[in-house]
Amino acid sequence: MSEHAAVGKLKQNFSEDVLDVVEFRGETTIVVKREKIVEISTFLRDEMGYDFLCDLCGVDYLGTSPRFMVVYNLYNIALKDRLRIKVPVEESDATVDTVSVVWGTANWHERECWDLMGISFNNHPDLRRILMPDDWEGHPLRKDYPLQGPDREPYQGRLQ
Amino acid sequence: MAHNEIMTVNMGPQHPSTHGVLQLILELDGETVVKATPHIGFLHRGVEKLSEHRTYHQTIPLTDRLDYLAPMSNNLGYVLAVEKLLDITDDIPARAKTVRVMMAELTRIKSHLVWLATHALDIGAMTVFIYCFREREAIMDIYEKISGARMTTNYFRVGGLSADLPAGITDDIRSFAKDMPGYIDMYEGLLTGNKIWQKRTMGVGHITAAAAIDIGLTGPALRCSGVDWDLRRDNPYSGYEDYDFEVITRTEGDTFARYKARLDEMRESCKIINQALDKLAPGPILADCPKVCLPPKKDVVNSIEGLIHHFKIITEGFKPEVGEVYVGIEAPKGELGYYIISDGSAQPYRMKIRPPSFVNLQALPQMAEGSLLADVIAVIGTLDIVLGEIDR
Repeated sequence: MSEHAAVGKLKQNFSEDVLDVVEFRGETTIVVKREKIVEISTFLRDEMGYDFLCDLCGVDYLGTSPRFMVVYNLYNIALKDRLRIKVPVEESDATVDTVSVVWGTANWHERECWDLMGISFNNHPDLRRILMPDDWEGHPLRKDYPLQGPDREPYQGRLQ
Repeated sequence: MAHNEIMTVNMGPQHPSTHGVLQLILELDGETVVKATPHIGFLHRGVEKLSEHRTYHQTIPLTDRLDYLAPMSNNLGYVLAVEKLLDITDDIPARAKTVRVMMAELTRIKSHLVWLATHALDIGAMTVFIYCFREREAIMDIYEKISGARMTTNYFRVGGLSADLPAGITDDIRSFAKDMPGYIDMYEGLLTGNKIWQKRTMGVGHITAAAAIDIGLTGPALRCSGVDWDLRRDNPYSGYEDYDFEVITRTEGDTFARYKARLDEMRESCKIINQALDKLAPGPILADCPKVCLPPKKDVVNSIEGLIHHFKIITEGFKPEVGEVYVGIEAPKGELGYYIISDGSAQPYRMKIRPPSFVNLQALPQMAEGSLLADVIAVIGTLDIVLGEIDR
């Protein structure tokens, strides 16, 4: 199975920043350092043609270090090709540079990531809560946030 | 002494024209919109967090309620993603794939009918609303015969369908697909040549192709700005590569173009439904994966393996490998994406839904600012948003 074209180009141009490459079910995932995400995103958009950011989300791997991963699902409209970039984020310093300068659609996705996961984005034009009420405390999608909300007993059902 | 001031007006969240619980803070200079800020989250039900506490099968009903106007599409995206995670995409039987395509296209027509009804009603054409909902009743009757529910169907399963088509349903679907183009011509007769409609929609809510790609617009709204991209043709799923249909694109990029494009998409959907009905052949409806798909009832009652599999799948659920997938499908509103991460257990570790309306709504400020207050209503309608999907 030949390597995805983007992997080779990224390793060539950002050799110390590519941390891991995973191929699963025909999809390529590249883990890169978070300090370089804006440069790598600009490179992927301009040089490799990934002009469409389908999805940006945060994942909470509670118990591992780094705790969070920010996942960018990209799409190349001309080549109809998908690519995934992941950025590990430590819990103690849960910030990433915003990519809304590269893909404008990241604006609301990053707001949602901040709202539900608590990962803040540097230089974001408008970082405030989007789904939860503005005065909500806590970040609900984190694994240590209870499913029933902060002020109720957990449901004693079969699957907790 | 008269002087200009910017007036801040609140629209919503309870408002007949916002198509759900959407709040728009509009800053107006007279009738011209200077700034429009959408506020969402009033329908946030925590679907993503709930799915982390349910097995993969138990999550399917949660997906019904995302875009509640196109429930089968949401189901389809989710089961396709889980099937990719399990690597059983090639084992789905042909009959299941054909029925999935047929239901997905019926769902597209259903969703576009609501879009046309509410969009026209907001602009003032009440008759179109009544006509569209009359056709929608026919589709909902078909839904009810097939899945048991008019709206939240929960019909597809991981590996195929939950139940086979009832007898006689193909005649109902065929007669619907035969009559539908005539009804679409009726709606066109009411609206397309109508001077009022043209004045309210031509040139309104214009967006260029580059701006649309940057803001993440997908679906008919993107295709009307000249970008030729349809996931059914470009990254086909569930057998779409075997169907002959046109991808409707236009270049004007305004509300009138999106209106014409969605009507043409409804016509193309009728064509696909006819092709699917011709392709439909008897066969199994579930993949042959005993650890994933429920066995037929006679096996559960008569054989011990059937009983054990049934028991394990219902109580424990199946456990995919550790890994992650992203599957995007062409839902009626745009690209609906499911990003599922599995940690090897029976519950998804993380399910992120990429709702088309959430991303399309981001384009509202661009499209509405600088135009009149009445155009804001037209833009909300043309973006075809549904808050269930935006807020999840």
